[in-house]
Amino acid sequence: MNGDEKRVSEQHSGDERVAEAVRLDGNAAAGILSEVFVPDITTAGATCANCGTIRALGALLVYVHGMGTVLRCPGCDAVVLRVARTRTRLWLDPTGARLVVMTSA
Amino acid sequence: MSQASASVRSRRAAIAWRLATVVDVRTETPRTRTLVLDVPGWPGHRAGQHVDVRLTAEDGYQTQRSYSIASAPQDARVALTVDRLPDGEVSPYLTDVLTEGDQLELRGPIGGYFVWDVALGGPLLLVAGGSGIVPLMAMLRHRATALKTADVRHNVPARLLYSSRRWDDVIYRGELAGLAQDDQTLEVALTFTREPPQGWTGFRRRIDRMMLAAVAWPPGERPHVFVCGPTPLVEAAAAALVELGHDPALVKTERFGPTGESA
Repeated sequence: MNGDEKRVSEQHSGDERVAEAVRLDGNAAAGILSEVFVPDITTAGATCANCGTIRALGALLVYVHGMGTVLRCPGCDAVVLRVARTRTRLWLDPTGARLVVMTSA
Repeated sequence: MSQASASVRSRRAAIAWRLATVVDVRTETPRTRTLVLDVPGWPGHRAGQHVDVRLTAEDGYQTQRSYSIASAPQDARVALTVDRLPDGEVSPYLTDVLTEGDQLELRGPIGGYFVWDVALGGPLLLVAGGSGIVPLMAMLRHRATALKTADVRHNVPARLLYSSRRWDDVIYRGELAGLAQDDQTLEVALTFTREPPQGWTGFRRRIDRMMLAAVAWPPGERPHVFVCGPTPLVEAAAAALVELGHDPALVKTERFGPTGESA
């Protein structure tokens, strides 16, 4: 993983190019999700509320913006989870996840 | 202390920021350096995991990036190999400025999805582009350390397909050659996209479906596949592997990108 890639991509003017460079894997959201969930949630199965597909959170697509971290379903592109941090609060919007199942250790 | 507050405490410990000290710096290629870190209280990691690194400027501005761990879980020290991006905000500081004895803040290990250990078994197929080799190198180092003899390695064969622009950009070049030489069950295939070395007879193009078909085990062998690199390479390789018949659940990807946030 290389955190500075976005800065390079921003020099390309095409929107598609930028979108490509900022698309990451669920793994990239593991840091901020560890502030919400105690077990590592990237291995948990999430059911997309839009299309019903079940995938590990680590297999979702992640878009990191200044506004927060958005996890999307790679099948239908619907938003599954959103996480954002402000100075004093951590926000989690789980409306796109019908079900999240963690395997107990 | 109530049980609830105890659990909150342990939860905080799991994501604690730790102060790491640079104990060694190694130049890998003209663009990449490895920082070897002493991290007090490091809980240990699995091959493929990453850390978040946080830098704080004198005026309080903070910025955060994720870097893959290069060292094997068996190592007491944590090694990060960092690629210097010319306009990067963080990487030039890590590759050009930090030196032995300096400190930086990190938290981790992070991510349980893109991980492999010998208990998961093989075959193990690794596909890397550029500094995408870093987490895959942790897997190869782990495999070499955990499986000492040829007969146990035989059960967990590994293949690496690694794309670089040119010879000088091949990270861990000497170590990879050494690992492959000592181990009949590890095959390393390089491909060069800009300038292959003189007399190079191997691949000289971007990773594509034909190349993957030539390097990979047949899908029926159900290899564990890990693909890491720039987003276009990862998406092309993962799509080609699925087209070739590999189970998408066994193809795990890690795209490069801006995993950090500024605060």
